[in-house]
Amino acid sequence: MESTLASRVPRTVFYRVRSSVITFARVRPWHTFWGVVSLAIVIVSFGGPLVLPLDPLSADYDYLGSPPSAEYWTGTDLLGRDVTSRLVYGGGVSLFIAGASLLLGTIIGAVWGVVSGYLGGKTDLLSERFIEILLSLPGLILAYLMILVFGDGFLQLILALAITRVGAVERVVRSVALSVKQTMYVEAARSIGTSEMRIIWRHVFPQCGAVLIVLLTMNIGGIIITEASLSFLGLGIAPPTPTWGKMLGESTRQTFVPIWWMVAYPGLLITLTVLSFNIFGDGLRDALDPRLRGTM
Amino acid sequence: MQKYVVRRLLLAVPTLIGLTVMIFAIMRVLPGDPLVAYLDPNQMVSMSEAELDAIRKDHGLDRPLVVQYADWMGDVLNGSFGNAMFGAKAPVINTIKTRGVTSAEIGIIAVAISWIIGLPVGIISAVRPGSFLDMFTSFTTVLFLAIPGFWLALLILLATVTYWGYAPPRVGVPLWEDPWNHFQIVIFPATVMGVAMAAIIARMARSSLFEVLREDYVRTARSKGIRESVTVIRHALPNALMPVLTLSGVMLGFALGGSVAVEVAFQTPGLGRSMSDAAILRDMTTVQSLVLVYGIVFVLANLLVDLLYGWIDPRIRLG
Repeated sequence: MESTLASRVPRTVFYRVRSSVITFARVRPWHTFWGVVSLAIVIVSFGGPLVLPLDPLSADYDYLGSPPSAEYWTGTDLLGRDVTSRLVYGGGVSLFIAGASLLLGTIIGAVWGVVSGYLGGKTDLLSERFIEILLSLPGLILAYLMILVFGDGFLQLILALAITRVGAVERVVRSVALSVKQTMYVEAARSIGTSEMRIIWRHVFPQCGAVLIVLLTMNIGGIIITEASLSFLGLGIAPPTPTWGKMLGESTRQTFVPIWWMVAYPGLLITLTVLSFNIFGDGLRDALDPRLRGTM
Repeated sequence: MQKYVVRRLLLAVPTLIGLTVMIFAIMRVLPGDPLVAYLDPNQMVSMSEAELDAIRKDHGLDRPLVVQYADWMGDVLNGSFGNAMFGAKAPVINTIKTRGVTSAEIGIIAVAISWIIGLPVGIISAVRPGSFLDMFTSFTTVLFLAIPGFWLALLILLATVTYWGYAPPRVGVPLWEDPWNHFQIVIFPATVMGVAMAAIIARMARSSLFEVLREDYVRTARSKGIRESVTVIRHALPNALMPVLTLSGVMLGFALGGSVAVEVAFQTPGLGRSMSDAAILRDMTTVQSLVLVYGIVFVLANLLVDLLYGWIDPRIRLG
């Protein structure tokens, strides 16, 4: 019913979204500000490489590891590559990996959680044991081991990071599914003989929407840091593609003393990105579902 | 209480067994050649099939999976955790003993720091919501949650080396031989991790104490004329600490994982650096066993949190 209405009058959906965005901005200016910052970071990271004058991969042999100057605003790395270009380009790579793995992990966790929570019984019991085992390794260590075995590469990294999200998302979504299952309208749907599949997708799953949006914004910070830590430890995608974590790793690998312009900027950008997404996520959580306060 | 402890302990056993199976499955069963982990990819391409088979045989990868798993479990159960693949081929347990002590100390000091800083900060901002102090501490905690630990480590290293020409020692000595040297190794990573964990605790303590302070029984305490400080600390705080305790499990995973990168950044001779060094050498026996150690520590720490929870709250242990 909902979807046919929306397709007949698409503008109502647009107006509804617009009015909630305006309300959010008016009630929570602080969170909106950080939301705009995170949006700006995303736009610059993905759009920047199109307009940047310097190639992040080409080396300038006259400026090997030179400090910030008029020519190179944030200096060059030990191979003479422009740090600014690498920061922007690497930001795009980092955010893409974080976003893709987050999306993949959340989808797997959400589907798993809804099905397990709704079906209950033996299936649920078994799946909870499985999730418990999945959660028995700290996320970073699990991803670390998987990348070691899978080898370096975009796809491997995304997959490994995604799996670290599955357990936590499953737990939250399952608890929502458990409570939705008790509601009258689900009982009504079942009493008129709706199939299990249809109840799960059309009646239970939509109720998890708010939780999923909140989970996505709140977890992006953690996954960016995990990705950065892995890259810092020398795992992740193969050189010469930069990511923020890899730039930090490169800053210490060749020299005893870290080089300050290679340390400061990538870390600052990671911090700023995670900070803005976290604050925005906090606001979004309070606006969409205050009950989640304290669980995340 | 005893019954509860026994039940929780028994429940941890299947999880631990599952953990070993999962690690083994990631290493051997998942699609892909397990040799990828043992060899440099570039090296692998240039080798012939016969050479690869020889290496497989060398590492015992040609045996049936069940035998390989049983072999590893045998090593774990007899306490050697397998032998390192390179160097002196010493049992991995030696590394775990010498390096593990350092990491454990770091962890304990970090937890202590986090509670000592985090709890008062959380209480102060919950008692005066909306004040400047509250807004300041709220922002600081969110900020520290966003700073990657290993980056903070690099910054500290950079500052001490540039301004004081000082770097923490890289070679570990046992605590009882040279306490000062040992202290210098441990204190930096412990502080970095402690501060990050303090942020989580402060945040959680604030929001949970904030809720509890609005409960009826707190109002009753106040109306009886009990001093505000006693009301907050004796009446409200114990209840407010429960969610904080629940969160410590999640926090531990965060800290254990993060400690690897922090140890590598400081070049601390701890478990995390051993794992990273072993991974660079592609010594998969060591990596596999060290990952297991991290898993065991994580599971046991979570168990401890559960037991503590049951000890404090009778509803949990009897329910």
